[in-house]
This record gives sequence, C-alpha cells and structure tokens, in this order.
Amino acid sequence: MELTLWTYEGPPHVGAMRIASSMKDIHYVLHAPQGDTYADLLFTMIERRGQRPPVTYTTFQARDLGGDTAELVKKNIKEAVERFKPKTLLVGESCTAELIQDQPGALAKGMGFDMPIVNLELPAYSKKENWGASETFYQLTRTLLKEKVSSSEKISPLRWKELGRRPKVNILGPSLLGFRCRDDVIEIQRILSEQGIDTNVVAPLGASPDDIERLIDAEINICLYPEIAEASCEWLKRNFGMEYTNTIPIGIKNTIEFINEVHNKLNLPLTNKEELENKSKLPWYSKSVDSNYLTGKRVFIFGDGTHAIAAAKIAKEELGFEVVGLGTYSREMARQVRATAKDLNLEALITNNYLEVEDAMKKAAPELVLGTQMERHSAKRLGIPCSVISTPMHVQDVPARYSPQMGWEGANVIFDDWVHPLMMGLEEHLIDMFKHDFEFVDGHQSHLGHTATNTKDILNSDEKKENNPKEGIIWTESGRAELTKVPFFVRGKVKTNTEKYAILRGIPEINDETLYDAKAYFS
Amino acid sequence: MSKVEFNKETGPREVFCGLTSIVWLHRRMPDAFFLVVGSRTCAHLIQSAAGVMIFAEPRFGTAILEEKDLAGLADAHEELDRVVNDLIARRPEIKTLFLVGSCPSEVIKLDLATVAEKLNKRFLGQVRFVNYSGSGIETTFTQGEDGALKALIPLMESSNEEKLLLVGTLANNVEDRFKKIFKNLGISNIESFPPRQSTELPKIGKNTKVLLTQPYLSDTVRDLKHRGCEIISAPFPLGIEGSTEWFLAAAKAFKINELKVHEIISPLIDRAKLALESHKEILKGKRLFLLPESQLEISLARFLHNECEMDLIEVGTPYLNKDLMKEEINLLPDNTKIVEGQHVEKQLDRVRESNPDLVVCGMGLANPLEAEGISTKWSIEMVFSPIHGIDQAADLAGLFSKPLRRNQILTTKTLVTH
Ligand code: SF4
Ligand code: SF4
Repeated sequence: MELTLWTYEGPPHVGAMRIASSMKDIHYVLHAPQGDTYADLLFTMIERRGQRPPVTYTTFQARDLGGDTAELVKKNIKEAVERFKPKTLLVGESCTAELIQDQPGALAKGMGFDMPIVNLELPAYSKKENWGASETFYQLTRTLLKEKVSSSEKISPLRWKELGRRPKVNILGPSLLGFRCRDDVIEIQRILSEQGIDTNVVAPLGASPDDIERLIDAEINICLYPEIAEASCEWLKRNFGMEYTNTIPIGIKNTIEFINEVHNKLNLPLTNKEELENKSKLPWYSKSVDSNYLTGKRVFIFGDGTHAIAAAKIAKEELGFEVVGLGTYSREMARQVRATAKDLNLEALITNNYLEVEDAMKKAAPELVLGTQMERHSAKRLGIPCSVISTPMHVQDVPARYSPQMGWEGANVIFDDWVHPLMMGLEEHLIDMFKHDFEFVDGHQSHLGHTATNTKDILNSDEKKENNPKEGIIWTESGRAELTKVPFFVRGKVKTNTEKYAILRGIPEINDETLYDAKAYFS
Repeated sequence: MSKVEFNKETGPREVFCGLTSIVWLHRRMPDAFFLVVGSRTCAHLIQSAAGVMIFAEPRFGTAILEEKDLAGLADAHEELDRVVNDLIARRPEIKTLFLVGSCPSEVIKLDLATVAEKLNKRFLGQVRFVNYSGSGIETTFTQGEDGALKALIPLMESSNEEKLLLVGTLANNVEDRFKKIFKNLGISNIESFPPRQSTELPKIGKNTKVLLTQPYLSDTVRDLKHRGCEIISAPFPLGIEGSTEWFLAAAKAFKINELKVHEIISPLIDRAKLALESHKEILKGKRLFLLPESQLEISLARFLHNECEMDLIEVGTPYLNKDLMKEEINLLPDNTKIVEGQHVEKQLDRVRESNPDLVVCGMGLANPLEAEGISTKWSIEMVFSPIHGIDQAADLAGLFSKPLRRNQILTTKTLVTH
C-alpha cells in the first residue's frame, strides 16, 4: 500500500483513454463502475475539449456483482458499436473490473464483429497512466499492422531515393493531455518540411485506424514523446526495420541535433546549417545585455522524464542558469534522468511523492522552479516563481495562443515562459542604480503583485513557522527602518542574510549597522 | 401528491462516486482526515474532482492498493496499519480518521470495520477511527456524505434535552444565519450535524428534532430515527418557498405560532423577492433539463419553476427516496417528468431533441454540450456554494441566470472546438 495525497499520474486506463480520445473512428468500452466516469472531465475541463471522450463505461454496480456482469459488458459493447460505429474497438477494464475478472476483451472478440478489436490488459495495481498510454498505442499499432509483418520486406531509410520522392516520416507520440502536443506537432512538421521532408502520419493525435495501417509508407519514425511512442517505435523497427529518432527537439541545441539526426538517418544533406542558429530568438535574447541578470540563477526542475531532461539542458547551456535540483516522477525514465543529473553534479530525485519534491525544493532554495501543476502549488507556498513545463497540468497550461515547447518557436516560448516569472525588467544593474528610488520602497506594488511587499509582512512571515533558525534574534527600530529602505524584491533575501550573519556572529539584536555589516560580509 | 410522472432508467452513467463528498466534508471538519482505501483511480478521482483547486496540504489521501495487497488480505490489513501509523505520525493534529471504502476494497472484501475497531483500541484517547463506503458500486456523489454521517452516529452520546438538529453539511455563513433566525423564532438549542469539529458531535435522543438541510441523507435519517430522534418532514431550504416551508415545519415541531414565523421572515422574503427579480427576468419561460448528479435536482427544479418560472423538461436524479422527497414532489408542477437512474446516451439524445435553454449536468458533459450550443450549469457548484436559505435565493438563481446571460452577450452559438 502506498500513501498518496496528490499523484502525478492517473491509472493506466486513463492512459488508454488518452489514446482513444486523441484518435478518430475509435471507441473504447471500459468495464468500470460509475464513478470512474470522472476521467471524462480531464479532457472536457482541463483541456477544454468540446467533445466527450469516445468511451462507454459499463457502469456496473454492487447488485450486478452477484449476477452476470459479463452480460452487462456485452450489452454495452453492442450498444456502443451500434451507436458509434467505430472502425476499431478498444476494450478494457479499470481497477475494479480487473478484480472481478470478466475479461471483457475476450467477450468482445466472441461477439462476431468484423472490425479489429484491441483487448487491453492494463494491470491497474502495478502500472500507471503513461505506461497505459504507451501500451495502448503499441497494442493498437500491433493489431492493425500485424498482418502486414510477414508480407513486407524491411523498410530502408533510403527508400525515398528509389521511389524518387521526398522522404516521408511519421511523427509518433503526441496525445491529448500531453504537454502542448498539438502545437509541437505543427512546429516539427514545419521544420521537417523546410528541410524537404514530408510527414506521412501523425499519431495518435488526430490519426484514424486507417492512418495507423499507413505507418509503413514512411521511411522512419520520429519518436517525439518516448513515454508514449517508444514501445511502438521499437516494434516497428523490429518488424519492419523502421529506424526512429532519439533526440527530442526541445531547446535550440536539441533542435539542431534533432535535425541532424533526421538527416543522417535519411541520408539527406543538411542545408543552410548556419541559418539554423538564427531561427529562434532565444540565443540572441539570452546573449543580450538585458539578460545579464539571468546569470547563475538557481533553478529547480521536476517533471516527466522528457521535459525535465530537456529543461536541464536548456537551463544550463542556453540560459546560463545553475540547475540546483533535477528529478522526475517517470520511473520508466529514471536512468536517463539520473545520467543527466550526474552531468550536473546532482543526484536525481525519482519519486511520485510531491511532498518529497517540495522538501527537496525547499532545501535547494532555488530562484525559479520549472515543474508541474504540483510544483506550482509548492512553489507558491514557498514564495518562489514557477513555470509549468510538464504534465500534470491545469487548464491554464492549455493556452489559447500557439505555444509549442519544441523547435524554434518552442524555444521562443520557453524563453518567455521561464524568464517572465523572474524579475523581468528589474535587472540587477538597474536595481543597483536606482535602489534608493521611492518606487522601490514600501507601498509600491510591482506589476507582478508580490505577496509580501512590506517589511512587516516579511518580518512576520517566518515567525509562525516552526523550527525558525532565527529564533531569539530581535530587529531593533533602526534595523527595521533600514530594512524598509531595501527594495522590496530583494528584501526577503537581505533579511535572511542579515539574520544568518547575526547568528554567525552571535549578535542578538539587529540594527542598521548589522545590516550593512552583513551586506559587506556576503558581497 | 401531484401527478408527477416517474420513470426509471438504467445504462451507462456519467456521475461521480461517493468518494467525491470528501472534498467538502474535509473542509467542514478540519480536525478530521479521510483516508480512502482504494486504487490509483480513486486517488486520481478526488484529485481531479477538486484537488487542483486546493493549495494547502489536503486533509484526505489514498492508501493505494498494490499487487501484493490483493494477494493476501492479512497483508493488506498490516499494510493499512502501517499507512495509518505513518499518517498519524505526520499529522498529529488529526482527531478523527475516516477509513473510506472504495470499489476495489469492497470487491476484495477488505473489512474496514474490523480494522477501525483495532485501531480504535490502539489509539484510544488520541484518534477515533470510523469507516464507511464511498464506492462507486454502492454510492453516487453526495451519498458519500450520507455514509460518513451515518458512521458517526454510534459515536454520538444520548441526551433527552430538547433541541433542533440541522443535518447535512452547510456553508458556515449559512449555518450561522439559520441559527440566528431560529433563535429569533424562539428555538435556542440548535446544533449541526456534521459539526465544525469532528470531536464536537451533538448528543441526541428522543427530544431531538431533526431538520434536514440536504436531501441525500436517507441512511443517516434512518439511524437517527433508531436513536429516537424525531424527523421533521419538510421540503428543503432552497429558495424562498422551500426555506419558508422549512422554517414553518420546524416552528410547528416546536409549537411556535405560525404568525411569529411570518413576522420574522417576511422582511427577509421581501428583500429576497426583490433580489430575485433581475434573475427571474432572464430565467422566465426558459426550458430546463436536469441531468442526474447531486440529488438536489428535484429541489432545484421546484425552485426554478415555482420561483423563477422556468419550464421543466426533465428532472433527472441518480436515485429517489420518495419518502424524504415527499414534500418536494408535492410542490412540483403537474406532469413533471422525473427520471431516476441514467442511460447517459439516451438521456443526451433527449436533451438534443428537446433543445433546452439550460442543462444542469456534471463537469464531464458541460463543455461538450456548450459546444453544441446548449448552455449548462455544473451540478458540483451547488454542493460547494452557499445556496441554502431565503437570503441566498437570489444567489442560487444567479448560478442559473449567469450562463444564460453569458450566452446572450456572446454571439456565437455553435463552435468548432478542438
Ligand atoms: S468508482 Fe470506485 S474505483 Fe472508481 S473512483 Fe469511485 S470508488 Fe474508486
Ligand atoms: S478551473 Fe481547474 S480545477 Fe477548476 S474546474 Fe476548471 S479545470 Fe477544474
């Protein structure tokens, strides 16, 4: 038994729903009690979708248990097929149905339908959402393509040359409830097309079963979200010889590396190499004098494997941050995240307990958090700015505007999203120049709406907390007065430093002089 | 009884399970903790139903069953012990710990009552353990509260003191209002169940007169009766009419003159009627379809028809306790169509066919219906908002007029939505 308050991932059948809802002409009959229908709101509320997920729940109740739940399953399958006329049917069960062992998949197969039926066995007591999505996509691909395995020869990445056309690739892995997938796909398709590469199929997002059957018309697969597509890519490689890419094009360096990888695989000459660097504003914005204050900003990163790893690289190499914490809840990607952390001299945090993440965050004392919806809450509690870079997300992370994470535009979005929560426009050199300006002292609100803006709040805010390390230290009148003069956005830091200094020196009362002594000591 | 048309329907449903009521119960009793013994699905459900909106550390959690727990029940009991120990060490301020059963724990027949009994012995004087089921195979949405309250009744001491007991979770401000009004009426000994602290359970006995504030408490009512309490039969305090009848019923039980009641509440009524006007203007003549979810549907339909002049197409309810709803059903207009249970697809067919102006439904259906050009109101908002009492009548109407007003402002009716 595992105690959880919040969880990062849902159960595996929610992963299956993500695949079904992402696609066309598919219906999913889910053997589940009525309460499991809550999962619909993930799509209709968090993603603000205007369609219900294509899912029929069998809604069995306690009184059905003694009787024939299998009949109930069959009735619902029949009704769903008649009503929705899917081209492919997914059949599966949620955690409760798994226990009563009706085997709905087998029942469906015995009903004499002529459409392909995918029997989903997703162990609910040992697996989670991403695994469920990956397995569903894999089973679907396998079912729809298995007849073609024997007849087809291995696909050479150079086939396009023989056929005398532009190379074709599939983009695999984007799904609903993934992080900004819809926009990533547009961005990556555009980049590929600029390089003379066509997109054959995008799946699961927007694909139909027919599209899945067409996957083998492409030369290679782009494994865009390995959490979801890697198993399918592996299978396609094993059975059809299709190569797939490993680089995730998030950030400038990765995008360039990604383009190189695709070119190498397809044996395509890389055009306009020098132009690539200038495709995004991130490198220049990052280099501009205005960004000087970003130097060495301490950042804490937690999310799914793919986004966390990419974020660490961008933070360090493209924005000049110092990464002070890195972790993931995706155990499937623990190895890669550990390796990335090691390169940064960190120990990766692999956990699905958000409280542990919050503790680690507190300890690392970052100036910026890049995390999920959970970390947004934790960061808020700790008063640290945060940008969401990964699922689980909230409705506000599904913006109306085009905002990919991948490719050139993705890099622009990332620059804005990560830098804005910091003190944009209040760069440190300006602070130094104008620190005595009346606008920076009490009573003036920044446009970011800081919570604790006056000295009293700052002085009081820790007092309630237990294990206050500053116990016994008193701020005198003159100390308080001087603290008031410090610009509000650095006041908290100055206060902590001064108290730290006072403890270090055994000074029981902080006056104005102590504050200056501390400043000199820490500078 | 009016000529109300009763129908039953079975099939796939689209409702929350009883676990969801934890979301408001844990706020009502801040010294309690709700530990669901269930699956990752259960954990994900409460998180999705409300979780993302809560910033503080919640007072609920899930002990997620794993493969090894399913293998042997003995292990599951031990594991649960361990989880409870950890939890109490972490949250020493907890006074009452609810062990909440779920579908998986019921199907594998995990005996939470025995576990609770053992834990009660071990933590005697420190934490009390109670258990109930919020499982989706047994309960829907608000029924979870019924289970939780029923579980507390055995802990309530007996007393023959005469008192008025308000039963059902209310918003604090509404509760305060009610108590003040009852005091003005001359009823001074008033308590609430659930109380604001789980340890301050009211004492009950044969002079306890129970007035329900929520319509979904069938089991609780039955057990209160067994303890000798008298149940005051009344409609529910939603809207002016329901609230007035509700106050009158209480007054009658306490032998208070009806005139006194009118004297005290008529200024409130006048004020509320005035406030209701602007909403009525929008709601009047509009056609309403209520899908089943919260159990409040019948009372809402009564209010929206009788006081806001809406037309009722269909009133869905997840289940119907005709006894408890008797007074409400009497107030419904003739030929009201009540549908108990659900076949969500068929019901949605009827929604589309009847082309209503407003649909009351769960969160999973709201946006898809909006996308078809049908205005909606979430059921869940009704259990989170202070809607009870005369003073809140206009606010209650406002919950329904707002989507319609919004639809008037926005010109686009149907949209491409992906
Ligand atoms: S319906 Fe059952 S399994 Fe599903 S969330 Fe509710 S209690 Fe858990
Ligand atoms: S705002 Fe967020 S938490 Fe609130 S209802 Fe919408 S999706 Fe759910």
